[in-house]
Order: sequence, then structure tokens, then C-alpha cells
Amino acid sequence: MNVAVISRPRLNQIWSWLAEIPDPEIPVISLIDLGIIRDIAWRGDTLEVTVTPTYSGCPATGVINFEIERTLNEHGIEKLELKRQLSPAWTTAWISAEGREKLNAYGIAPPQEGTTACAGALKPLTVACPRCGSTKSERISQFGSTPCKAHYRCMECLEPFDYFKSI
Amino acid sequence: MATTPAAVAEFALRMGDNCLILGHRDSEWCGHSPALEEDIALANTALDHVGQAQLWLGLACEVEGRGNTADTLAFLRDTSGYRNLLLVEQPNGDFGRTIMRQFLFDAWHLPTLNALVNSSDKRIAEIAEKASKEVAYHLDRSTDLVVRLGDGTHESRTRMQAALDFLWPYTGEMFLGDALDDELEAAGVVPAPASLRPAWDQHVGRTLAEATLKAPDKSYAQKGGKRGVHSEHLGFILAEMQFLQRAYPGAKW
Repeated sequence: MNVAVISRPRLNQIWSWLAEIPDPEIPVISLIDLGIIRDIAWRGDTLEVTVTPTYSGCPATGVINFEIERTLNEHGIEKLELKRQLSPAWTTAWISAEGREKLNAYGIAPPQEGTTACAGALKPLTVACPRCGSTKSERISQFGSTPCKAHYRCMECLEPFDYFKSI
Repeated sequence: MATTPAAVAEFALRMGDNCLILGHRDSEWCGHSPALEEDIALANTALDHVGQAQLWLGLACEVEGRGNTADTLAFLRDTSGYRNLLLVEQPNGDFGRTIMRQFLFDAWHLPTLNALVNSSDKRIAEIAEKASKEVAYHLDRSTDLVVRLGDGTHESRTRMQAALDFLWPYTGEMFLGDALDDELEAAGVVPAPASLRPAWDQHVGRTLAEATLKAPDKSYAQKGGKRGVHSEHLGFILAEMQFLQRAYPGAKW
């Protein structure tokens, strides 16, 4: 693609481009659904994109930065600065309503806000099975296939599933 | 009272090295845990710790301004350059000892991070805010497992008590301050190490009681890690962790 950029693309146009980038681990939701793009702003002819990591050690962080650069380059934005922002720390409360529905449809029970660790220390949550909807489920492990998920089992349909932990 | 950049860098090394070495120890279980779920959980805990180490070591580099990166600090320092607590470098032993080590550390790590959220150094506060959310889950999990294994079968209880007896002398170091802690505390950068003891005592005491385990009544503390004097185990960890960068300097993937 060889687009000569005469003027700076408008910010809402850039947000819509970013909304098309899937999360590398959970491709049904976008980076915007996930709430990790905190800000975009033009500084002169450079676009600053502020990104916050989900978990400190999330291996997807590098891929996410790469995808942001690649996508925006394809849309003709050449001068780009990615800024990492740690505070305020990412919270699952920033996952959009649409993102939650997409997670559930994909087989991952969405996070229940206000249930972060040690707030309700060791108290079991009622998590609905994303397959059959039953709330008869049990936690198998606090850590599932990635740090952001716990491992559950449905006692009704007997399928194992992931629960996106609230942080 | 102002602090020197060197003091902040040194503190960041202490925090980062704890995370890096414990993360490495936890990662040694990958593929070897007694159950698949535990294998995954330990690997995820390791991942969190290595990620936290990147943030702390990154801060140390930024403050030092000597052109180091988190990677060069992790892969090119020798044992005497490491500032981690002796507790985290202790060998994994059996699964019970690994979980007990994690528990004793988590019970210190979480209140430490919660206090650091109020640090007068904004960079430290930001890392603490991020890491504390992850560590809350670590503490939930290790507390749960200590109770289940302690108040479990005769075999599991015996092993957990042995783990506690072995690791106990390494816990005191967490609460011993030195001149660096004093300097940083006076400037509102860090809490006094001793001030973290009541919260730790309370959580550990309550959990051990529930787990039907008994803490040794010895108070002797093995120390040295915070100033770079380590047990014989750290060298072996580094030999494995640093091998690739030592054999193929600058290798990237």
C-alpha cells in the first residue's frame, strides 16, 4: 500500500483502525475491547499511542506493540511512538460490554468485577458455564491457560472452561 | 530528605532480583509438577515474577544511567551483584517446599507492594500498583495450598512441616533493615522492613494454625542476600539461567 498522507488522519479514524486489531491470545476481542489502548494523540507529525500492559509478564505485549505499528504503518502513519503506561494499572473493569459478550461466546467466562484476589480471599465465585449457562461450576485452579484466566469445570455439562479473572 | 539515584537503583535491584530468582525457581517445575493444573499455575506465577523483574530491573537501569538493560542486568551479573533474599534462591525440594517458600514470600511481597504504592518515588509506586494485583492472586493460591497440604494427609502434613522447618531461618532477612533502607525510608520512598512484620506474622500465623502446622520457635535469621552474600545455590541458578548469553554474547531471538 502506498498512500501519500497529506493531512494527519483524524483520531476517531485511528481508533477504528485499532479496533480491528485482535488480541493475539484471544483473537475474538480487539485491543480496544480489552481496554489497553489508553490514549492516542498527535504531537506534531508523530502519533503517540499509549498502551498499558495487562499482566507484567504477558508474552503477548511484544506482539501487541508489533501489531499496532504494523496496522498504523499500513494506514500510512509512519511516525509513531508507543508509550508504555503502568498507572493506573490495567483492570478487567476496562473490558467493554461487547468484549465480555464476545469472550462468553468464545467459551471464556467474562470477569466478575469486584472479586479481585484477597478482597474476597478464597471465597468461591459463582461462575456461569459459557457453554450451557449452568452456574453449577467449580474452580480447578486459580491459574488457567494464561495468567489472566482461572480454570473451571462445569458440573452440569462436565466441560472444562476458562474464567477471565478480575484484576 | 533527598535520596541518591544509586540508592533507588539498589532498591530496585533488590525487588527485581527477588522476582527474577523466584520466577526462575518456579519455572524449574515446568513439565515436572505433580498435576497438570499445578504445573500451569507455577509456570504462570513464574511468568508474573519474571515480568515484574523486568519492570524493576528496567527501573534500576533507568536510574543508574549506565547503559544497562534489564537483560544485561539479568544475564551478565555474577552472584555478588545479585541482591535477592536468601529465601528465594533455596532449592525447590519437593512440591511442598516450593509451595511453602512461595507462601512465606508472598505473605511478605503483598504488604510490601501495598506499602510501596504510597512511595514518594512515582516510578516505584507505579510498578508496585501493577505488581500488587498479580501478587494478590499468588498469595490467595499459596495460602490455599498450604492449608490443604498442611491439614491434609499424614504424608502431606509431614512434608509441609519439614518445609516450614527448613525455610524458617530464611524468613527473618525480609524484615532486617540496613543503611540503605534507612535512607530510603527517611525520604518516604520505602517502608521500614520491620514495619511489615506484623502483617506477615498475622497472615502466616493464622494460615499455619489452619494448616495444623507449627512455626519453629527459633528466631535466628540467615542473612546476606540483600548485600550480595549468597548461599551456594545462587551460582548454580545463574549457571543455567545465564548460559546462553555467556556462551553466545548478545544472542537474540
